[in-house]
Parts: sequence; structure tokens; C-alpha cells
Amino acid sequence: MAHLARLDFSEEEKEMFTSQINTILMYMDILNGIDTTGIEPMTHAISLDNVTREDTEKKSMGAESALAGAPDGNMGFFGVPKVIE
Amino acid sequence: MEYEPIIGLEVHAQLLTNTKIFCGCSTRFGEAPNSNTCPICIGMPGVLPVLNKKVVEYAMKMAVATHCRINGRSTWARKNYFYPDLPKGYQITQFAHPIAEDGYVDIEIDGSKKTIGITRIHMEEDAGKSIHDELGAFSYVDLNRAGVPLIEIVSEPDMRSAEEAAHYLRRLHEILVYLKICDGNMEEGSFRCDANISLRPKGREEFGIRAELKNMNSFRNVQRALEYEIQRQRAILEGGGSVVQETRLWDVSQGATHSMRGKEEAHDYRYFPEPDLAPVVISDEWKEQIKTTLPELPMEKRERFINEYGIPSYDAGVLTASRDLADYFEETARICGNPKSASNWIMGDLLAYLNEEKREVAASPVTPATLAELINMIENKTISGKIAKEVFDDMWKSGKHPGEIVEEKGLVQITDTAQLETIVEEVLEAHQKQLEQYRSGKDKLFGFFVGQTMKATRGKANPEIVNKLLKKKLSSP
Amino acid sequence: MESHRLTIHELQKKLREGTLTSVGITESVYRRITSVEEKVRSYITVMEEYAMEQAREADRRIQEGNAGELTGVPIALKDVMCTEGIRTTCGSRMLENFIPPYDATIVGKLKEDGAIFVGKTNMDEFAMGSSTETSQFGITKNPWDLERIPGGSSGGSAAAVAADECIASLGTDTGGSIRQPAALCGVVGMKPTYGRVSRFGLVAFASSLDQIGPITKDVEDCAIMMNVISGHDSNDSTSVPAEVPDYRTFISKDIKGWKVGIPREYFVGGIDPEITAAVDETINTLEGLGAHCFEISLPHTEYCVATYYIIAPSEASSNLARYDGVRYGFRAADGEDLLDMYKKTRSLGFGAEVKRRIMLGTYSLSSGYYDAYYKKASQVRALIRNDFDRAFTQCDVILTPTTPTPAFRIGEKMDDPLQMYLYDIFTLSTNLAGIPGISVPCGYTKGGLPMGVQFMANHFGEGKLFQIASAYEQNSKFERKRPGL
Repeated sequence: MAHLARLDFSEEEKEMFTSQINTILMYMDILNGIDTTGIEPMTHAISLDNVTREDTEKKSMGAESALAGAPDGNMGFFGVPKVIE
Repeated sequence: MEYEPIIGLEVHAQLLTNTKIFCGCSTRFGEAPNSNTCPICIGMPGVLPVLNKKVVEYAMKMAVATHCRINGRSTWARKNYFYPDLPKGYQITQFAHPIAEDGYVDIEIDGSKKTIGITRIHMEEDAGKSIHDELGAFSYVDLNRAGVPLIEIVSEPDMRSAEEAAHYLRRLHEILVYLKICDGNMEEGSFRCDANISLRPKGREEFGIRAELKNMNSFRNVQRALEYEIQRQRAILEGGGSVVQETRLWDVSQGATHSMRGKEEAHDYRYFPEPDLAPVVISDEWKEQIKTTLPELPMEKRERFINEYGIPSYDAGVLTASRDLADYFEETARICGNPKSASNWIMGDLLAYLNEEKREVAASPVTPATLAELINMIENKTISGKIAKEVFDDMWKSGKHPGEIVEEKGLVQITDTAQLETIVEEVLEAHQKQLEQYRSGKDKLFGFFVGQTMKATRGKANPEIVNKLLKKKLSSP
Repeated sequence: MESHRLTIHELQKKLREGTLTSVGITESVYRRITSVEEKVRSYITVMEEYAMEQAREADRRIQEGNAGELTGVPIALKDVMCTEGIRTTCGSRMLENFIPPYDATIVGKLKEDGAIFVGKTNMDEFAMGSSTETSQFGITKNPWDLERIPGGSSGGSAAAVAADECIASLGTDTGGSIRQPAALCGVVGMKPTYGRVSRFGLVAFASSLDQIGPITKDVEDCAIMMNVISGHDSNDSTSVPAEVPDYRTFISKDIKGWKVGIPREYFVGGIDPEITAAVDETINTLEGLGAHCFEISLPHTEYCVATYYIIAPSEASSNLARYDGVRYGFRAADGEDLLDMYKKTRSLGFGAEVKRRIMLGTYSLSSGYYDAYYKKASQVRALIRNDFDRAFTQCDVILTPTTPTPAFRIGEKMDDPLQMYLYDIFTLSTNLAGIPGISVPCGYTKGGLPMGVQFMANHFGEGKLFQIASAYEQNSKFERKRPGL
């Protein structure tokens, strides 16, 4: 699960998290007590449909601005360590 | 034991909108890295997506063209995974409720028709591009492509051979290009294809274990990769083993697929409904309106050409390769009233010249009107077919009308029998030796006399009349 | 008296009259900051030079006679809203040096209106928490008792208002993060209807729950702020194209005949008796004004916390996936390969609470659990909203305490996440249903700590909230105090 979230934990962090999360998860099982057959899941707090825009070009921020905050942004690309195979 | 392949294809087509799907950045190809970007498509903190309406329209067009059912309500979802070219750490796509489902296309193989089902079409955003430094320890990410709109077209596993798959792919390709919603460029990546393939013993109902194939960047490679994979899987099954469910990459240089095992782990994409976007609701009116904007599709056009113009299926295929070419043909045929001639000239000379100079039909110096004129001149024997080719060449290079050229160069065909008879007699006079040889049995020399006559008239003699005259002269003592 | 103690509406008058200048007010605010900030620690970034320049510009505008509602008024912004050119940290090491290249929509609105930006306030990291203790930039103290928390996650914004370190501020509310700190700091805080205020430029925590809202010294100030920040934004697909009324017209009106629902499920054990007493007193005041208070039922209340703690972390786990050290923000120095870089960056960049919620969210969404957790929670969410729909056919507004206890001590309860979560029960429901809520001060405990009472209304019922909150505020009998800083 930590790998899916790209997080690393020390052994003691793992222990603490596990017990804390378990407490919360037990709490979550409360939901299983309710019957929700036939209820539409509420994915949005308001109901809007077809919120769209026209296909008109807006000025881009430009490569310099895009790369300005990058930890490794020289040569015009975002540099990252390679995936080791 | 005979095995039959079960093949399904997943095609991703980049849409030819001006701007990206969720922001106003340009989708222009080939620009300096990271220049078509904004905080939204880079995935900066706090940004939100806004849907480009044209993307929905283009997706609807493809749905109609492939006989899909357009869903009245479709929703967006997040597909979560980590990769440097995926700025938000998730891709906005459609999962539970795609825009269209349950369509089909017909393909033609060896004269018979087959229907290939389309499971679904949905809209999503493209990711950026990573360039991997072979020698160094770094990869470089360009986000120009991040956010470019895609439609994903998923077929039913209805194909039973690599050839069928290639046909299906070509069919999708031509529809997309005809609709002008995608430029279909596999090398540039605007049209991409992954395949799922398994084998099962003939007669069995259930599917075997399948492999997913990626990295096939041309129609030919798709076919080759599938053919290779069919052999590979057959060998495994015949040897008593079982196929591993995995993703395999096609390696062009080695002509083989290689497993990605170890490089890819099972992805848990944790799909959930996208809270930042509203559902897309499509009314019947909107569907009808889109239907009216559809052009005649390639397959329909081909059938119509065969029926209406009486041209063979092969010709119809060549002429409908592009909408522009098909329109060119129809216009030419309309003006000159001779579709077969029009077809021959277009398929032959016009295409040859266009390909030589790598030009598009729209940029041809020879127009339907001038080509029709040329054809008519042959028809009414003003010029011979052979001369016409000269004239065509001139038309191409100068852009002039054939009438002009023929007049300037004095290429009008000689059809005056008396005049030609005189010339033929002169030719025979001038070549007594060959005449004797012919009379003593060398029939092949007939062509020599024809040639000499044509030479004497600088090609302008009407060949049929020359033939007739020579026959007459040579058969009498 | 120093002008930093005044309200927006009082300052508006004086600015118009010319008895005060924006420069003068802003200087007063900064004097106050110099005097108390070391104790309170409301701010992550203080923008004095920038603010003074804005103040001079504001004075010019006022002179020319085209002042907006907030022209010349010093406002603080929670450090979760993008301000172009000014670092925006979200209380996290991950964005410690992040300088946004764009302004959030509401920042643009405030700029256009001529507001002065005092600084970016402290907050729980990525808005996850209820005490501002998880900020990686230090802990903000409650101005009423420096050993206690100001609440969270908008603790800095609430403390700054309570301590007069700004005239008003903006916070964000995902599960109570405006209203709870407002109550604990003795100020007014509103969470608008979802979709009322644009989220473009608000660093997302839980997309279907987040809203920006004002934290102010009184109800009228809150209405003024809402006038400026509300409205449709084409950059936010969840922004509602509904008209914005002039919220000030709801101030100082009567509430005769109004029906006020008191949900029986909110009055179970665990509420501090002084708070219960204060709420009873509030009810008396309201009835004295002609309102009818009676019991109603919100039957699915007990499921609110569980529903929230599945939906919010799930959305958050996805919203925080973009913090990977690739394009901006923190990147761990010694990542050996891509995977290592990701893990180190995220493990070092995020604090414990954020990591916990990411894990929880990842778990709820993972295959095998999606149906049982996320989907189920979304369905229960619909039931919770239906509870409110039904309730609002019976009453105009709903009344509840804002928090079950007054501010607790710093460090208290930090080890027991369950107790911390329970602290949110009064406020989560409004975020889940998308309805607006406002917290107003209702008195002080014997120990001198503020208490707050909350009104809720149906979607786009902010006008009703202002009307009843204003009526209550003007007729409540307790004596207003100031923190003894």
C-alpha cells in the first residue's frame, strides 16, 4: 500500500501507522451497517452538467516559466532519475 | 490441434482540436519542449480542468461513424499512477460511463465482408513524453503532449488473424482521417495501437490466456508483431505449456516480442469519479446535429463509386484513399463524362506525379477541369493517347491548359487519311530492305513501320489510321 | 485607538471620510504584528513591503473616488491559496519554496477590489488537521491562551483576526477548518455553499468538499467579504453560475417567526457543559427575537465522520500525487533512481498526518476495497444530504454548537487520532451535503476561552445565515472581550 502511494516508512513509523489506521478502519466498518441499495452515489456536491469551454487558444506560460520551479530544469526538459530496470 | 487467434485492438487517436482537452494550450506538434504548457497541464498546485467542447463533438462524430450507441450521460474518472510524464499523478479519463459503446466497423477481406465489434469509445487526456538518456542516469520529460485530447477505441476480440487486424486498423484509420478529427500519423504518435492476443483450440468456446502487445508503430509492424506472437503462443501451447498473461513489447530490429515482466508491475489504478468535472449530457438534438455534419464515409463512397461509375472495386479503393482524391475524381468525371478514363489518368499519371513530388492532391497543378479537358481531347481524337502524356507533363510543369499547349506545340493529331497515306508510302519507299524482309515473312517489322511513321509525323499520326493504312499497303503486293 | 482593532465596515466609513488612510491602517496592523506575532505565530510569510505598496495605491484609488468594498483594508490569506510571485507553502516542506506563477481566482478578485495582502497565514499541512499543529512551519497559538491551539486547519487565519493582526482573513473549509478555528478563537467564520466561491488556485485537499470562506470580527464583515469573493468562475468547472445577492442587505433584519431546527443527534454525550449552557442561552435569545426553536432529526449523523474520513482522504491521496519532486517543489537529494526519488521526496516532504491520510485514501480506493469503502461512502453521503433536504422543509436554519469543547492544550490529543476526528463531528456534515454554515461567538468559558455556535442553511442560503447570525450577534447578552495579548 505504501508503494502504491510512493511513501517509505521506518519500522516504528510503520507500527504506529498500522495501529492508528486499524483503529480508524474499524470505525469505517460502521458504514457496513447501513443499507444503501438503490442509492445513487453522490460524487459531486452540486449538480451541474456540460460545463465546457470553446476550442480557443490561450497564451501558454512558456518553457522558461514552466521550468522555473523545477528541481532539475535545465536543457529545456524536466530532468528525473531514470527508472532502473 | 488447430489453434485460432483471438485478437482485440485498442487504438488511441489524438484529436485535431486547436487546444488541449482541459486547458487552452495549443496542440501543435513539433514545438520547442515544454513551450505549449500552462499551470493546468503541468499539474501545478491549485489548478482545475475545464472541458474543451470540441473534444466531445469529435468523439461523437467517431461514435456515429462507427455505429456506436452514444450514452446520454457519460462521466469522468481519475486513473491513478506515478510516472514523470503524468503531471498530476493521475490521468483524467472515462471509466464507468464512456461516451459511446457497442458499435462496429465492416472490413473486407478477399472479397467477403466481416464485422468487427467496437466495445467502447471514450475521451481522455494524453501524457507527456519521456526521453531516456541511454548512457546517463537521467530521463527528460517534455509536457507539450500532456493534455492533448485522445479518444480510445476498444474493439471486441473479434479478429481471427493478423491480416484481419491490419484491415480493421486501416478501416479505423481512414474513418478518422475522413472525419478530419485525427491526422492518423503513426510515426508521430497521433494514431497508436496496442493489441491483445490469445490462442484457443478451434471449436472451443472459452478464450485462452492473452498477452498484451505494445510498441508497434506502423500498420506493417502491427501485422508482423501479431504474426510473430501467434507463432510464439502456438509453440508454447503445442509444447504443452501455458501462455503467461503479460505485456510484451515489439522489437522491430529483432522481429520479436519481449516480455516486460520485471519492468512493469500490476497496476492498481484506483479509479474513482473525477470530482472536478461535470458529467457530459448528450441530448438527442445534439446527436442529430452531429449526424448532419458527417461526410460520406469511405466504405459508402467506395460502394457508390462502384455502382454509380461502374469502376472496379480496386479502382474505387485507390480513389477513395483520401477525401480530397475522391472529390478530385468525381469532379473530373463530372466534367468529362468518362469516369473510367478519369480513373485511369488519376490512378496512373496524377498519383505518380504527386508521389514523386510528395505533394497533396490539393496542391496539384493539374486541376479536375484541365484533366477533364485533356481526356476530352483524347476522346474526340484531337490528340492521341501517347501525345496526351506529353501534354500532361507540360500541364504539370507549366500549369497551362491542354488546349493551349497543344496549339503552341502543334500537337494536334493527324487524322487526314490521305495525308497519312502519303507519309506511309514515303516510309515504305524509304525502307525497301525492311519491306522485302517483311514480305518474306518477318512479321515483326510491322511495328518498325509503325514506329517510322510515327517518327515522321513526330508522334502526331493517329495510330489506328496508321495501322489500317500499313495493313492495306503491306498486304497488297 | 489603533485602527487595527476596527472592523471592515468601520474602516470603510473612515476611509471614505478621509479620517484614516490605508497606509495608516496597514502600518497599524504591522505594528500589531511586530508586537504579538512572536507569541501567536499566525503567519508563515509576512508581506510588509508589498502590502505598503498596495496601501499607497489604495489611497490613490480612494482619493479618486472609485473604491471597492475592500479597498485599503488589510486582509490575510491562508497559505493554501496561490499568490503569483509570492511563496505558497500549504504549511508543508514539500512546497517550502514554491512560487506560484499565477493567482488564484479569489486572489485576483481581492486585488481588483483593492484589498491589501498582509501575509500568508499558518495552517495544518495541506489543510489536513484540526489544530494547526501539523504545520511544518511551527505551531500557531490561540491568542486567548497561548498554551492552547487556535483550531485548524485555518488556525493562522483565525488567530490573526482574533489578535488584530489583520482586519479579516480568508481560510478554507473541507471538514470544518474555517468554522472550528473561528469558534475556538472567538471570531466569525463561514463556509459557503459548495460552488459559491471559486476553487481555482486553491491547492486541493478534497475536491468535492473544499471551499474558501471568510474569517472576520463580526457578521457584517463576513457579508462584505462574501460579496467580493462569491461568484461564478469559468476556470472552475464546479463553480455554480448563480447570482450573488448583496449579502449586506441581510444584516440587521429581524427573524420573527423563523423556524430553527436543533438536531437531536448532535446533543449526545461528550459536549462540554459550558458549551451546552451557551447554546441554551443562544436558543433563549433567538426565541426572544420571535424565532421558534424545536428539535429535528438528522438520522444519518452518526455516519458523517466515517463517510468523511473515507471520501476526503481518498480524494486527497489522488490530489497529492502530483507532489513528486519532478516539476516543482521539494525533491530529495539522494534519490538513486526514479522510484527511490519518489519515495524519498514524498516521505521527507510530507508530515505524518498527511502521510496517514494518503495511506488511508489509497487503501479506500484500492481494488477490492473500492466498493466497500469509497462507493459506499458516496452513497451514505447522498443519505446525509437527503437528511438536510428533509430538515430544511421543516425549518429555515439549523442550530448546533460549532465544537464540543473549547480549545484544548497544544499537544493534547495528538496521539489519539480518533479523538481528534470526533472533534469534527459538528462541522463535517455541511461539507458532505455541500450546504453553507457560519460560526459566531456565543460567549466565553469561565476560564476565558471563546465558544462558538453554528447556523446551517440550505444550498445558497447564505443570506438566511447572515440574517439570523446578525440578529443573534446584535442581541446576544454576553459581553464582548478581547484576548489579553
